[in-house]
Amino acid sequence: MASITIRDVRKSYARMQVVHGVDLDIKSGEFVVILGPSGCGKSTLLRMIAGIEEISDGTIAIDGTVVNKLEPRERGCAMVFQNYALYPHMSVAQNIGYSLKVAGVPAAERTQRIQAVARILELEHLLDRKPMALSGGQRQRVAMGRAMIREPKVFLFDEPLSNLDAKLRVQMRSEIRKLHRRLSATSVFVTHDQVEAMTLADRLVVMNGGRVEQVGTPAQVYSRPASRFVATFVGAPAMNMLEGTVTLDGLSLLGGSRKLNVSRAGLPVGSKVAVGIRPEAVRMVAPGTPGALDATVDLVEELGAGRVVYVDLDGAPFSVVTSETVHPEPGSAIGLQFAESDLHFFSSENGSRLDVFKASVPEPAL
Amino acid sequence: MEKRVTFGRWTIGILFAVPQLLLIFTFFYWPAGQAVYWSLTLQQPWGGGNIWVGLDNFRSILANADYWNSITASLVFASISTGLAMIIALVLATLTDRQLAGSRLYRVVLIWPYGIAAPALALAFRFILAPEAGFMAAVNKFWPGFWDPGLNGADAMASVIIAFSWKYVGYNFIFFLAALQAIPRSLIEAAAMDGSGVVRRFWDIQFPLITPTIFFLLVINITESFQDSFGIVDIMTAGGPANATNLMVYKIYSDGFRGLDYSGAAAQSIILMLLIIVLTIVQFRFIERRVHYR
Repeated sequence: MASITIRDVRKSYARMQVVHGVDLDIKSGEFVVILGPSGCGKSTLLRMIAGIEEISDGTIAIDGTVVNKLEPRERGCAMVFQNYALYPHMSVAQNIGYSLKVAGVPAAERTQRIQAVARILELEHLLDRKPMALSGGQRQRVAMGRAMIREPKVFLFDEPLSNLDAKLRVQMRSEIRKLHRRLSATSVFVTHDQVEAMTLADRLVVMNGGRVEQVGTPAQVYSRPASRFVATFVGAPAMNMLEGTVTLDGLSLLGGSRKLNVSRAGLPVGSKVAVGIRPEAVRMVAPGTPGALDATVDLVEELGAGRVVYVDLDGAPFSVVTSETVHPEPGSAIGLQFAESDLHFFSSENGSRLDVFKASVPEPAL
Repeated sequence: MEKRVTFGRWTIGILFAVPQLLLIFTFFYWPAGQAVYWSLTLQQPWGGGNIWVGLDNFRSILANADYWNSITASLVFASISTGLAMIIALVLATLTDRQLAGSRLYRVVLIWPYGIAAPALALAFRFILAPEAGFMAAVNKFWPGFWDPGLNGADAMASVIIAFSWKYVGYNFIFFLAALQAIPRSLIEAAAMDGSGVVRRFWDIQFPLITPTIFFLLVINITESFQDSFGIVDIMTAGGPANATNLMVYKIYSDGFRGLDYSGAAAQSIILMLLIIVLTIVQFRFIERRVHYR
């Protein structure tokens, strides 16, 4: 159990800065997921916590001790790698027990602890095998066992599920969650998969371009994205974004072809905004319904439980998720209706969230 | 399932192989066959026929103390120079792999020695190790008589070993570096997370994973140390002093072309060939099976 305090951490390679001043507080026992597209610096941040990447600037403290200059082994972290990084010449038991061997734990105790870990992970019958003879899911378990056996203060996961097939990924996801509940060690999990992030996280950290965009519970991040990037990155299909201009009586969308009557609050007339609406928040109605936007159906994707309807809104792409039993035909005209409280507004200049339009919506507790 | 591109008719495949087969035949099987034939006859030094003598040449060689001395010298030379060349190359490659300062420079520079012809580098080392004027002259100034490869057989052997190892360090280095770089970085990082320090990581992770390369280089180095040593010995010591560096390959030359004993030299080259074959078989049988970790 340990808290992690990250203060203005930066990372540069040669003259390129890839992490631009990250601040983050991770509470003891918390499961934090860092989510972001590839190249956003999330793995680099994790590796700096682990100690296998040097910290260019700023400090990282574990349990109040600044660890910048400490070797990985002195930090009390264990890490699960994306490609598992199992030692190919060692058996499963040797892989799991390697850290104990390095630490000089007597052979008898070592065997006992390897057995205990193997029992939790259901690896007992595989202990003599080499990694080559294991399936993807089994290798994943061995990698977890290697991290667990040290009883670390902090677990670090670097996209550990991305090499697994879809079914196994879901299974391992819930196993990791159960394991965390059981060990309740502080965990930092890096992924680019938002479903993984939403399901695993106590708290979600969304990163982009080497900066933290938003920190919050998965529900907070989903319902109140702090920036345009977060809004479009979290949620599938992605949130619809329409460019608009503030007018006297609301918003003019898509170069003036559509109007939206919303209360303008404080924004000056003529300022540019992006209006976001989740595909799940849109309802399909008959074309011509007052207050609805008319559009043409482009494509319908069947999901079984529902369907995604891609529509054309004066050339702008727009998607609607529907569970209703309507089957719109491609090419047919429909109306799109949504509540004003479901709209998200972002500055066109810097992408940050604008809450001026939603003064009536109560703030969710943070 | 394995897919292969094959030639429709076997004649095309043979045609492609012909140039290589011709080369191997002309420069290996033919001379080797001639050597076998000569070793069973007594050749006239200035031509003019030969006499079939069966295994007499081999009998007389194996009864000669000089020849056994040459075999001992060759084995000493092979084991020490192979050991030196491989250990130094491995240390250098490991340091370069860790990306220490200047490693880019070493990577290029360390490969050059292998590109130098043996006689050229032997001449350079002859000057460097000369007792009266070279680098070792400075040492001799403090310990008079400490170093004299012209009089002391051990010093002479050390000289040729140093020169040969220097050349093969560059060769081994390339292979070691390639093998080390083929180890996924994450394995090293995982070991670091497991609490393993630099030296421990080398012995527990890197060394076991490059054993196939170590084995390959062992075979090549030993084979080459029996054959490629000729130029170095010829220039540096010419087999002396008192036959201390008269390695098998050099003795073949000096007995054959200086002593004009073609038949004896042919028999010696057959023995050398058999020795290398046996050593290689031994290495494959007893070492190779230990190096496959997968």
